[in-house]
Amino acid sequence: MFNSIAQLIDIANSENKPISEIMMEQEIRVSKRSYLEVYQDMERNLDVMQDAVDQGIGGVTSQTGLTGNDAVKMKKYIESGKGLGGDLNLLAIAYAVSTNEVNAAMGKICATPTAGSAGVVPGVLFAMNEQRGLTKEEMVRFLFTSGAFGFVVANNASISGAAGGCQAEVGSASAMAAASLVEAAGGTPEQSGHAFAIALKNMLGLVCDPVAGLVEVPCVKRNAAGASNALTAADMALAGIESRIPADEVVEAMYKIGLTMPSALRETGRGGLAATPTGNRLMQEIFGAE
Amino acid sequence: MKYKSVFDIIGPVMVGPSSSHTAGAARIGLLAKSLFGGTPDYVDIYLYGSFKDTYRGHGTDVALIGGLLGFDTDDNRIIKAVEYAEEAGMQVNFIEMEEERSHPNTAMLRLVKGEERLMIEGISIGGGKIELVSINDYAINISGNYHALLVFHQDSFGTIARVTTVLGNNEINVSQMNVSRKEKGDIALMTIELDEEISPRIIDEVRNIDGVDRVIEMTEN
Repeated sequence: MFNSIAQLIDIANSENKPISEIMMEQEIRVSKRSYLEVYQDMERNLDVMQDAVDQGIGGVTSQTGLTGNDAVKMKKYIESGKGLGGDLNLLAIAYAVSTNEVNAAMGKICATPTAGSAGVVPGVLFAMNEQRGLTKEEMVRFLFTSGAFGFVVANNASISGAAGGCQAEVGSASAMAAASLVEAAGGTPEQSGHAFAIALKNMLGLVCDPVAGLVEVPCVKRNAAGASNALTAADMALAGIESRIPADEVVEAMYKIGLTMPSALRETGRGGLAATPTGNRLMQEIFGAE
Repeated sequence: MKYKSVFDIIGPVMVGPSSSHTAGAARIGLLAKSLFGGTPDYVDIYLYGSFKDTYRGHGTDVALIGGLLGFDTDDNRIIKAVEYAEEAGMQVNFIEMEEERSHPNTAMLRLVKGEERLMIEGISIGGGKIELVSINDYAINISGNYHALLVFHQDSFGTIARVTTVLGNNEINVSQMNVSRKEKGDIALMTIELDEEISPRIIDEVRNIDGVDRVIEMTEN
């Protein structure tokens, strides 16, 4: 099994295969299942993601009413043609928000790598598909590439907000998405590695400070930021820009930052935005005085 | 390595809002149900750390209850698990603990049905992945997605050998094994990880070994 980004890229290069293929082959070996079974499982996850995006774009509201229907606003704004960012970026924002709004409403989603960060990878994936036209197989491969990079993060650092803050969730998701975007756009495994490193570097230190402990504020909007950041990093890597700090060292830095983060900023709902006057007021309104 | 499959990262498919606090909680409930051998009549659930601070917002409570009722992570009956628990006649009591455990997402479940009692401690390590930390206060150290037998036995000479002999005679290979006890001469726990699934006949054979108290089978979660 590969245990670092460097190793993952080495294997891809020496076997002259895309990273998605390396991940699929490892999964087949470890799970002792066939290529078709592994492929179909991922295809089912892709279908769940598509359903969540569609549901959110149609409009959903969470039980608390704190989040919902922003994906609808975003979609209308895109259709108005007045958007400042490019359409791919705007769509990625809309779909990331859409997925996370469905998550907040206790709808069905696919964790990528977590539920709180589930909007980032599908956000950029479906936006890329709409703008560039991907085959179903390319979309499934996109998820295997994200999975390969996430696998290294999960085993060497953390993908839990309670353990490592939001950098471990939206940060990891954004870096995974950036690596997949590069592969889908025809970039090399090295460029995927640089995109991953750049995206994660930009998210280092991000705390997990959910208002009232709910995966709503600021999670939904951070998914939008994670999607945009992934596109920024992927474009930079595809332009030939390299990360000065190697990807594996960025993962290690993320892990160490997580260790030094106080628990108030690790998914306890006791610090950061959760502890603002408005954050406290919302908590009281939702759960009553405690 | 804690994470072995790409589907630990891209997955699970689940009801929101949190993979660690909702899906992971459902899986802890499911695991407790399977180790207990059914849905209990009564459960005390002790919550620690981030689980304690944010369980209401994350639906950790309903997910744990749902898991105990056998609902998987993507089963939207989780949302109304409290009503389903009432229907099933399962009483659940949540206790918020101030004490810090080794992992921020820790739940301890005390399951009761008639004379049967079982205490399970689980942690949710991220992305919906969980680990079993202790059973009845015995530390458990299971490395991953394997089949395992938990054998509670008398802490006296020969018991371990008798258990491994039964496995050997049935051509079952042990991948990892661990023995823990609370006090000398008391009940001890053998955790035996296996490469493959084991038939109910062999488990019964282990159960009938002199000195063996209770055998629990663990399968992949």
